[in-house]
Amino acid sequence: MSAPSATRLEALVAEAQRVLTICNACRYCEGFCAVFPALERRLEFTEADTHYLANLCHNCGACLYACQYAPPHEFQLNFPRALAQVRRETYRKYAWPRALGAAYERNGVVTALVTSASLIAAFVFFGLYAGDGRLTSAWSDAQGSFYAVLPHGVMAGIFTAVAAFVLVAFVMSFTQFWPDLGEDAADFVRAPAFGAASSDALELRYLDGGGDGCTYPTEVASFARRNFHHLTFYGFVLCFGATTVATIYHYVFGWKAPYPFYSLPVILGTLGGIGLLAGPAGLLWLASRRDPQLVDPAQRGMDSGFLFLLLATSASGLALLFLRETRAMGGLLTVHLGFVLALFVLLPYGKFMHALYRFAALVRFHIERKRPLPSLGSE
Amino acid sequence: MDFAQERDVLVIGGGNAALCAAITAREAGASVLVLESAPVVFRGGNSRHTRNLRCMHDSPTDVLTEAYPEEEYWQDLLKVTGGLTDERLARRVIRDTDSCRRWMADRGVRFQHALGGTLHVSRTNAFFLGGGKALVNAYYRTAARLGVDIAYEAEVVGVKIEGGRFVSAIVRHGGAQHEVRARTVVAASGGFESNFEWLREAWGEAADNFICRGTPYNRGVVLKALLAAGAAPVSDATQGHCVAIDARSPRYDGGIVTRVDCVSLGIVVNREARRFYDEGEDFWPKRYAIWGRLVAAQPGQIGYSIIDAKSMGKFMPPVYPPVKANSLRELAAALSLEAGTLERTVAEFNAAVRPGTFDHTVLDDCATEGLAPPKTHWARAIDTPPFYGYPLRPGLTFTYLGVKVDERARMQLADGTVCDNVFAAGEIMAGNVLGKGYIAGIGMSIGTTFGRIAGEEAARRVRA
Repeated sequence: MSAPSATRLEALVAEAQRVLTICNACRYCEGFCAVFPALERRLEFTEADTHYLANLCHNCGACLYACQYAPPHEFQLNFPRALAQVRRETYRKYAWPRALGAAYERNGVVTALVTSASLIAAFVFFGLYAGDGRLTSAWSDAQGSFYAVLPHGVMAGIFTAVAAFVLVAFVMSFTQFWPDLGEDAADFVRAPAFGAASSDALELRYLDGGGDGCTYPTEVASFARRNFHHLTFYGFVLCFGATTVATIYHYVFGWKAPYPFYSLPVILGTLGGIGLLAGPAGLLWLASRRDPQLVDPAQRGMDSGFLFLLLATSASGLALLFLRETRAMGGLLTVHLGFVLALFVLLPYGKFMHALYRFAALVRFHIERKRPLPSLGSE
Repeated sequence: MDFAQERDVLVIGGGNAALCAAITAREAGASVLVLESAPVVFRGGNSRHTRNLRCMHDSPTDVLTEAYPEEEYWQDLLKVTGGLTDERLARRVIRDTDSCRRWMADRGVRFQHALGGTLHVSRTNAFFLGGGKALVNAYYRTAARLGVDIAYEAEVVGVKIEGGRFVSAIVRHGGAQHEVRARTVVAASGGFESNFEWLREAWGEAADNFICRGTPYNRGVVLKALLAAGAAPVSDATQGHCVAIDARSPRYDGGIVTRVDCVSLGIVVNREARRFYDEGEDFWPKRYAIWGRLVAAQPGQIGYSIIDAKSMGKFMPPVYPPVKANSLRELAAALSLEAGTLERTVAEFNAAVRPGTFDHTVLDDCATEGLAPPKTHWARAIDTPPFYGYPLRPGLTFTYLGVKVDERARMQLADGTVCDNVFAAGEIMAGNVLGKGYIAGIGMSIGTTFGRIAGEEAARRVRA
């Protein structure tokens, strides 16, 4: 890590520690989410604790509106923002390879550059491969249109390689982060905590502001954010499912894409694509209306960059589905795969990583819950 | 904001009691204007700093464990007030706390499920999810939705009462002065804990060393005006909820985090490095509530809670770090105490400690013998370095001097008559029920009950 970012991490951790100390003396927010019961287990906060608590926080905002010490009170306590700022440092610190943590410095710009590069590369590569005007010809499904433009083996080869790299990056980040929290690797996969964390994650339990919904984008609680996140996440899952089914069709049954509209991969992909359109669009819309007190301006690019990329991927995918028998197919396929490639490459270096650290924090929370509380007398 | 229009009900104040009154009156069809002297960000008076409501209940509920019957509640109140309470009003409050939770929830207040929690009071107290500011926010949203007019930074500087009837309030707002007329008024503007001149009248110079732990906006202007207009007073100007808080706390508005919870684990000395009271007399919250006055009675209004390594980490973590030292001599220097005296005080204390089984969760048998003042529970020798000290000051949260009211929240005059269009609710009349002492959550019980009564009675008076 470079010297200025190390200093910044130190300053942010110091601010988080100041804030956590005030919260620990107050505890009025303990019913809102997991963060407060977790912090109440501690009397002081190490850097690792701040990474843990920051990633356990879902940034629903409820505690800021309830806080008697929120600005302009002289304690200047902005709990969600202090933790949000630490989160970015978590992403940066635990990125693998470490040097690529710098991608979090100006993540919006990085996302835009990588996406542009990916699109250009796709056009150059497809152009070279397809040649002879194949990219601009109309194909019928029966002609195996996609693979007429780019052979299946090449397509699968590139994405398998990228996916393998991404997977390694995830594993490496996790294996640095988890031990820093002070937990055993074996405890991560032990059933009760892992199961409880999975159900928290799948239902987005803590995007509920303690019951009525997040105070997001305004002080009035609503479930809009949870619903749009669900659309995004389950849209992503369905699209992933579509790809998996298609892979089975290809290798097990020898059925070649494109598949008919009523086929399983297309149904899954269409539903997922719609989720991935509505979800990110909704999240972007909510973010644009968010109370500025709760926003870390340095992370706007990261948040919206990731959402735009999801949106571009689903929009180009759906366009491809409906226009695949026209002359636009070649161009759309190129654009779509360009976006997909950028999305994959950026997974370990963008907003997506919140999922990994938050899930780890949730598992940790459920492990800790089983441990006895420190006795604090009867005051 | 249209100040020229005459309202049915004018509510002075913007905390829990004021909002309960405003919402109730509005729901009964009255036109209501709320005058909150604070800006939006600091609205809500001391309710911002509250956390729970003391509730009677005969069986467990979703947010309360076991039972807390009316009689037990009443006995608790009787004990802390030493009889300085009006039984009729008190019982009205107590009974109302059983039914008002539903009313509160219907108006947006959320309660925290009974958890083991940090305070062992989920039997007697219902906790607001997110605390008092969340409650206040919910009430403001409800009030706005119902069509209650709300003016912020609207400070009442005078109240016109003629022939025992309220006529108008003089309001400073946006650099101008307005006379606001209304058919009835609900005074719910709190006490005077942030008015140090008034505190000095009551406490003398000692008041200069107090810290106002509550809102800086409770200056008692309306209270003073009502008393000047002939209202019958209750309690007295030296009574209030006053706890020992960290001397490094902000002058105003420090709230809950300023408490220091290790008094019972060690000893407390004054600036002469001498003990002055039995630190082990009783549990929270009784002890919690008496130490403010005890420190206020010491020279320079300062005390020092001193513990050793055995006790560190065994109490609610305070917001300020302790002064830490490896010897008592060093600690004395850091706290500006006379080292020899502190060493002697601790040595005498340690010598008087009798063996026992330490248990901070019960009134245990660890006590001193032959020491004055004694420490009757949790007495353990202070002998394990490092040693820690926390400086303490009296922290005033709210005051009890108020106006006398009847069961219908109508203000009583000193001549024995009733002001039939002036109602009072909350801290400004809390002294009727709580003449001295304190039990956790009683302030919100009084404010909610009398806020609703005042709103209902004011609306009824308008219709009459």
